[in-house]
Amino acid sequence: MRNDLKWSDVTPEGIWLNRRAVMAGVAGAALAPGLARAATDMTPNTFEEITNYNNYYEFGLDKSDPARNAQRLTIDPWSIQIDGLVDRPGTYDLADVMRMGPIEERIYRFRCVEAWSMVIPWNGFQLSHLLDRVGVQSSARYVAFETLYRPSEMREAGNILDWPYREGLRLDEARHPLTLMATGLYGKPMPKQNGAPIRLVVPWKYGFKSIKSIVRISLTADQPQTTWKQSNVREYGFYSNVNPNVNHPRWSQASERRIGGGLFNSRQDTLMFNGYGDQVAQMYAGQDLTRDF
Amino acid sequence: MRRIPPWIVYVLGALPFLWLVWRGVTGDLGVDPVKEVEHSLGLHALQFLVGGLVISPLRWITGINLIRYRRAVGLVAFAYAVLHVAVWLSLDIQFRWGEVWGDILRRPYITLGMLAFVMLIPLAATSNMASIRALGKRWVSLHRLVYAAVILGGIHFLLAVKAWPTEPLLYLGAGVILVVLRVTHRFLRWP
Repeated sequence: MRNDLKWSDVTPEGIWLNRRAVMAGVAGAALAPGLARAATDMTPNTFEEITNYNNYYEFGLDKSDPARNAQRLTIDPWSIQIDGLVDRPGTYDLADVMRMGPIEERIYRFRCVEAWSMVIPWNGFQLSHLLDRVGVQSSARYVAFETLYRPSEMREAGNILDWPYREGLRLDEARHPLTLMATGLYGKPMPKQNGAPIRLVVPWKYGFKSIKSIVRISLTADQPQTTWKQSNVREYGFYSNVNPNVNHPRWSQASERRIGGGLFNSRQDTLMFNGYGDQVAQMYAGQDLTRDF
Repeated sequence: MRRIPPWIVYVLGALPFLWLVWRGVTGDLGVDPVKEVEHSLGLHALQFLVGGLVISPLRWITGINLIRYRRAVGLVAFAYAVLHVAVWLSLDIQFRWGEVWGDILRRPYITLGMLAFVMLIPLAATSNMASIRALGKRWVSLHRLVYAAVILGGIHFLLAVKAWPTEPLLYLGAGVILVVLRVTHRFLRWP
């Protein structure tokens, strides 16, 4: 199929944003109150910022590398292996996965462990819908994810980390209504450097938990191994909730620099759970988050 | 070679800075200009430090004598280090002094980077003929601090990044090799 649409054919962002504001008025009523609050009063970063500042180490270490190197990634055909403690395991075609829940727009804060942040208008569906579709067995307590690893198209990766990239959530975190399987941003299909065709978004956790280009989802009884924890357990815990009170050996987590905030006014205080405490804090009641970091 | 005056080093040394300014003016610093400026300045400081340390071994091994440019190379390195720290304090951490002290005391890469920077201060301050005359032999001893500074600078770079990428390892490796060359030269009396 030939595509002769050029960038000039894309609706200018300003017009698109206006259209979205109108639609948000309609759709807003349907959202849960907490989610509606999460989706207001934040100006998203520009499409250019979101797509040219990425950590995707399979395509290079510099934040400008993925925008250049990820373009050679083949994302069609794409399927996701769903296995482990589920009633309907199997290899699901991407199109079938995309139909597992209604696609919504969610404007979320995104906070990287490197102490920078953005605001990103994602499109996607709740992971909980996918979990309901495949039928989670009662013995399952965790969800493990894997990123595609295809060295022929990811030549930059080297031995920086132990590939494939792996991440995980506790089942209640995975089922949380804020947890999104994102399929696009700004109403466009997910750009390759941002984790096309489908990725996870967990807005109250550091960005690396939001694993990109998912090819496998496993339900497990035991806490899965995660790539960054395996690489450096002292710095990257399994939970990795955004927490300004837990010191990190590399980056002060007390504050963050907002990308696009300009040269002189970009630093702001980091919010507990990245500002989503009202919605997620109860999941960690009774846990010592300085230990379970 | 003798015809090239040392002040040329300052002119050439200013070029990366002017290039950075130009990129800033033309909006070519990417999505995160603060980090780009901060990292570029730090990298240039390390590059000129390594460059200054190359001068002696180059003379021992090839006979090419660039000693009269070394002070300028060192001072350019110091200027980039000052700018690097200044950008960190102002544009990055934005004078949040609580976090500044917290970073210096608790975050090893900042502790070591700051240590390297502090070591460069007396070196820059004594990079003049009056100091050399006044300090005599102690001047040479004092300026050996640059060996520690370049290695600390390399470790600072390595600890600042995630995982183990090649680039900081190259700088740290260059620093270690250059310091080892000096130690062996002194004790093994080569060439």
